[in-house]
Amino acid sequence: MAAQHVRSLTCILVRLTVLNNSKGKEMGCHPGFGQLSHSGTTYGNFFLSRTDNPGQFQHGVIVAVDSRATAGSYIASQTVKKVIEINPYLLGTMAGGAADCSFWERLLARQCRVYELRNKERISVAAASKLLANMVYQYKGMGLSMGTMVCGWDKRGPGLYYVDSEGNRVGGDLFAVGSGSMYAYGVVDSGLRPELSVEEACELGRRAIYQATYRDAYSGGVVNLYRVHSQGWERVSQDDVLQLHQQYKAEAQD
Amino acid sequence: MEYLIGIQGPDFVLVAADTVAASSIIQMKHDYDKMFKLSEKILLLCVGEAGDTVQFAEYIQKNVQLYKMRNGYELSPAAAANFTRKNLADYLRSRTPYHVNLLLAGFDEADGPSLYYMDYLSALAKAPFAAHGYGAFLTLSILDRYYRPDLSRDEAVDLLKKCVEELNKRFILNLKSFSVRLIDREGIHDLERLPLPQQ
Repeated sequence: MAAQHVRSLTCILVRLTVLNNSKGKEMGCHPGFGQLSHSGTTYGNFFLSRTDNPGQFQHGVIVAVDSRATAGSYIASQTVKKVIEINPYLLGTMAGGAADCSFWERLLARQCRVYELRNKERISVAAASKLLANMVYQYKGMGLSMGTMVCGWDKRGPGLYYVDSEGNRVGGDLFAVGSGSMYAYGVVDSGLRPELSVEEACELGRRAIYQATYRDAYSGGVVNLYRVHSQGWERVSQDDVLQLHQQYKAEAQD
Repeated sequence: MEYLIGIQGPDFVLVAADTVAASSIIQMKHDYDKMFKLSEKILLLCVGEAGDTVQFAEYIQKNVQLYKMRNGYELSPAAAANFTRKNLADYLRSRTPYHVNLLLAGFDEADGPSLYYMDYLSALAKAPFAAHGYGAFLTLSILDRYYRPDLSRDEAVDLLKKCVEELNKRFILNLKSFSVRLIDREGIHDLERLPLPQQ
């Protein structure tokens, strides 16, 4: 049977801080050929305070993803879980080859646990993302297809890194990844303000994924929203994109 | 897409790199640092294929540090440049060549400032000024025209600004900002980003 691709993964990561720091990561993956792949838009938005005030309360990282998997033009699934829970304070998002993403991120979870056992402290987001980047770099050019965002909270505060199978690894405040990532970037970049509250940032992430699913054929399903704060990650909401459509339409008519 | 430039003066080297980390047509990051500090007075500027840049530059960085730990003194810029070139050359005809273009800038107590140009084919050239990327086509002639070996620091920064202005004027891509560093006897100094960040 033909392999399936999760083509569009819409993931929005929004990191909010009281000081209006937000960071987001988005992942985008192009579908492989003849393999099950995830792709879509993952958007991560992370707000990072650039002031010299380290003792500020931070809202964290907001991650929003869609849930569609496609095999060519066939929609293989509308209920894919594109956020991988690496450990209680680290999340990974998936875009690209489904097998590649889930395998390597499970391997990353194992490595993170080994780190914890050896060093008696939690692994930092930077180190976790570097582990993943180094692991997949060994296979560069051999056909891996993976675009992921590693999001979490460590002693330096909220952390967001984009890692892909090409060997890219960048840390930042906001990323969007996937086939619908450009649509998500548009919504997030224009809606981002320094003083967003947690709910507003979640809504921005939700809206960005929705807009991406509206325009991108390979994104759709439901919008899964997570938030990573100082105590770890929590699942915020799951909204069907079609219901969001009705809701936003009704709001626009008011 | 990416741009590196280096200008050597009588007792300093000025280097600049654009700060965009791109993935196809998207700017993933606009404040990305492409300079790697090999030692207190040596900088490696590295652009090229995704992944290869960071992996190769960090490999060289760690090995230069290891040399210092083992032997008690640092590699000179010339030695570091040749070490880098040798590594690049060794990997060139392997299954995993590194596709990176480099500028290595350093200050040696004995030999003074130096700037080395290296490309992905492992060619190494010591030069008074050098640039990498499409932007180099536009700016090398400016450097040819206005460079003098006895430039002061301010004059070198002005020359750099001339190059950046030309890029903003004629280069099809929008390279909004550049990180600028200067190496001299005292070490590596961060200069103001070009152009000045807008409020």
